[in-house]
Amino acid sequence: MSEVRKVGTDRVKRGMAEMQKGGVIMDVVNAEQAKIAEQAGAVAVMALERVPSDIRAAGGVARMADPRVIEEVMGAVSIPVMAKARIGHFVEARLLEAMGVDYIDESEVLTPADDLYHIDKSQFTVPFVCGARDLGEALRRIGEGASMIRTKGEPGTGNIVEAVRHMRMMQSQIRKVQSMSRDELMAEAKKLGAPYDLLLQVHETGKLPVVNFAAGGVATPADAALMMHLGADGVFVGSGIFKSENPEKYARAIVQATTHYEDFGLIAEVSKDLGTPMTGIEISKLRAEERMQERGW
Amino acid sequence: MKIGVLALQGAVREHVRLLEQAGAEAVAVKRVEQLSDLDGLVIPGGESTTISKLMNEYQMTEPIRQMYQSGKPIFGTCAGMILIASRIEGRDEPHLGLMDITVKRNAFGRQRESFEASLDVKGIGDQFQAVFIRAPYIEEVGPGVEILAEVDGKIVAARQGHLLAAAFHPELTDDVRFHAYFIEMVRESMVTNAEV
Repeated sequence: MSEVRKVGTDRVKRGMAEMQKGGVIMDVVNAEQAKIAEQAGAVAVMALERVPSDIRAAGGVARMADPRVIEEVMGAVSIPVMAKARIGHFVEARLLEAMGVDYIDESEVLTPADDLYHIDKSQFTVPFVCGARDLGEALRRIGEGASMIRTKGEPGTGNIVEAVRHMRMMQSQIRKVQSMSRDELMAEAKKLGAPYDLLLQVHETGKLPVVNFAAGGVATPADAALMMHLGADGVFVGSGIFKSENPEKYARAIVQATTHYEDFGLIAEVSKDLGTPMTGIEISKLRAEERMQERGW
Repeated sequence: MKIGVLALQGAVREHVRLLEQAGAEAVAVKRVEQLSDLDGLVIPGGESTTISKLMNEYQMTEPIRQMYQSGKPIFGTCAGMILIASRIEGRDEPHLGLMDITVKRNAFGRQRESFEASLDVKGIGDQFQAVFIRAPYIEEVGPGVEILAEVDGKIVAARQGHLLAAAFHPELTDDVRFHAYFIEMVRESMVTNAEV
């Protein structure tokens, strides 16, 4: 009856993301916000020191959150807790793993620690999620061991346009790869900068080998539903919720709009009287160096 | 035969795929009206707090209880097992409260402790590759509950009449045996319910 238990397998790491599908993952900066998120029906929380819009406002170097904040959030809720490490900062990632964080986001929202390489995520027991703008970037991250992908969008702007662009780009590239003949795939792999074996999988299955969420600019229930229609498996909401006037109501509304993204009457209903959403930023007003989506290689 | 998969959140697609592979018609259930013409229901893995909240929000809790009372089989995996349990450690109230078991949530630890293991499952088969993700286990079973599988002395699969529970995720593999077993339960219940 005794069996060998295998931890950290692809199936266990990717499976964790499968369980989050159809759900909303919310950025929180303390235990109180984490509880509000859990109460509202979030499937997980992302523990941060500052939400992306505040990171933007503060400027300077953004790093992994204080372990105390993460610990506090982990103690407050029973849903999974995610946390962010800087791109390439495998020691921050090891600290998060040691603390028992359930998922690590190797995130462009923080200031990259390595301008050439990402973390070798396959060496970790804890799963990783990474941002991507197109199929090549998504498959490079999966090749490094990411178990979940999200669009990069443009974090902390409350402007959905970049997330839409990235999701549409990935979906259209997937469709194209699926319809290619097999002898075209190697050249396509070269063009996309994607590992050939993973591209072959996409060709055969017509989808990414891992779950793909929307992130970076989701501000309203309708934004969340829009991303679900475009093929997202679920939604990350960063600054949107706790920068709104009534976070509790806002959080519940976004959860419902994500579950029932095809029920427009319901989304209209839950969108009533939500108060002012976060103030958005027009993407063209951002200087090139302010665009977080350019981080990552 | 039509089997529903509760589709409020979680691994819905995978259950639909395996039910279809095992020969049943499967539908994703998002609305309460869809429950009425089902012969059985799968409650998938996901986040139990999220699924439970949405179940209450859309008034699905009572209709699912009625489905059970009318003799229709229900299969809960992971979060689904927590939702059908009569007792949940550390919580005053159960969710659906159908199965005479006490469950402990996140019982094997956090995600880094999540694992897969090959199990011998009574009535279903040997060497079933079981994927445990922040999984619960069953601490105690009532007299009418049959234990189907254990991991290191912890109960991880059980059946009570027309209720089936697994702490792990048969839907994350390509092994259809668990789903075929549930379909057989549904078939038997259709015969029994027709006789009543």
